[in-house]
Amino acid sequence: MKTKSNLEQVLEAGQFAVTGELGPPQSADSEVIKRKAKILKGYVDACNITDGQTAVVRMASWAACLIAKEEGLDPVVQMTCRDRNRIALQMDVLGIAALGINNMLCLTGDHQKFGNHPTAKGVYDLDSIQFVKMVRGMRDDKEFQCGEEMVVEPRIFIGAAANPFADPFEFRVARLAKKVAAGADFIQTQIVYNVDKFAEWMKMVRDRGLHERVKILAGVAPIKSVGAARYMKTRVPGMDVPDSVITQLQGVPKEQVPKEGIKLCIDIINQVREIEGVAGIHLMAIEWEEAVPEIVEAAGLLPRPKFTP
Amino acid sequence: MLISEQKPIEEILSYLDGDKNVFLVGCKGCAEGWKSGGEKQVAEMERNLQAQGKTIAGSVVVDMLCDSALTNLKLRTYKKEIAAADSILVLTDGAGVQTVAELVNKVVHPGCDTLSSGGAHAEWKEAERCLECGDCVLEFTGGLCPIARCSKHLLNGPCGGSQGGKCEVNPDIPCVWQQIIDRLAKLGQLDKLERLVMPKNWSVSLTSGPPVKRLS
Repeated sequence: MKTKSNLEQVLEAGQFAVTGELGPPQSADSEVIKRKAKILKGYVDACNITDGQTAVVRMASWAACLIAKEEGLDPVVQMTCRDRNRIALQMDVLGIAALGINNMLCLTGDHQKFGNHPTAKGVYDLDSIQFVKMVRGMRDDKEFQCGEEMVVEPRIFIGAAANPFADPFEFRVARLAKKVAAGADFIQTQIVYNVDKFAEWMKMVRDRGLHERVKILAGVAPIKSVGAARYMKTRVPGMDVPDSVITQLQGVPKEQVPKEGIKLCIDIINQVREIEGVAGIHLMAIEWEEAVPEIVEAAGLLPRPKFTP
Repeated sequence: MLISEQKPIEEILSYLDGDKNVFLVGCKGCAEGWKSGGEKQVAEMERNLQAQGKTIAGSVVVDMLCDSALTNLKLRTYKKEIAAADSILVLTDGAGVQTVAELVNKVVHPGCDTLSSGGAHAEWKEAERCLECGDCVLEFTGGLCPIARCSKHLLNGPCGGSQGGKCEVNPDIPCVWQQIIDRLAKLGQLDKLERLVMPKNWSVSLTSGPPVKRLS
């Protein structure tokens, strides 16, 4: 074991992992995090806490992680290169590890143009791949990016993202290979609605043997309304929502769409589980945490494995 | 006036590793003025490379290399020499390197770092080509600049927002990483992208470094 991460234990034990996602509030309200954490506890092995997703100002991920940890979750702190240079990133990595947070997802970050401060200056001193390598060097070689050594290293289970649905498709696995070479321990993918395309991507992953070097968690998310499905299809860059998904949701009365969305999500979980090399799911029920227990249970993923800390 | 200086010869030689026959390109404009790639420096580079066992396929010093039409005319007269060369070494600022890369279907190596555009953006008017980062990366990116043309300045791109060849930030902006991949595929050099590009030295960039170098 490289870290004290519950997620690492689950994956190392060969169990099919479930991670969740929790968005911090656009305020200093800790109750929001406590409420969401209580819903997710016992249903996920670890829970990502987003870092200003879509470049909207929210409570710092590390702070929300601490609150979630007190509620009994194993938090995955998300960190982006959008707002921090290599100095700030490394300071946060040290602080996060010192606070007992065991997992980190290293991201480049959504461009500031999409958020509520579009006139902000983006940093992008590093990209996500350089960031992964830097954290790996800090943990395994006790080395800062500049090459200087440290006494106590941050014991962090290192994650990165992958989007099998962005272009150019042929290059996506090559980029994943770079993240693995940089030192990622686990990968969480963009939300899968096009299972065929995801399966094709996973085949390319297996052809390079990457599934044996990194744990791949397939992103899944329930859709609450036809409008949300359409929005993701047409407005969210890097998302692939097939027409069949929209047709399926349109096929039921409006009040039953959320139920149908949950059913669809469970179907997708069952399908991605069958794909060789998929080590778990990353369930993103954003602002719909209540759906998580039902989905995890119906997908036959309960009880979650327990380890003595 | 675009201010550039030659990269260290060791770095240039590392770019040319495996290339025996090299075609040299210089510029009588800014690069001549800054002594980084005028007639004299191109001749010097020829001698240096020959001393290192390279063959010079030919060389040309264009009046304004960043003027795409002019450069195109000039390079056409060297069609045979360029075709025979393994690669092209361009001794100018980033705008000049990218002009050549866009015109010629051949590997183009940058021989200089661009320190400042001195308030001008060269003759190539349709887009920003160079952000004066002082640590030119065109060697790794097929002669297309990800610092100037990727919204996140990614060195290990493309990000997950590249869709249909466009940047997620604005559908009017082409995704330069898609263009880089297309160009390297055409040159049979996609393996260049498997390599991890390390964090960049921003201390020499005009926007985050000290201005001393340009004022002196």
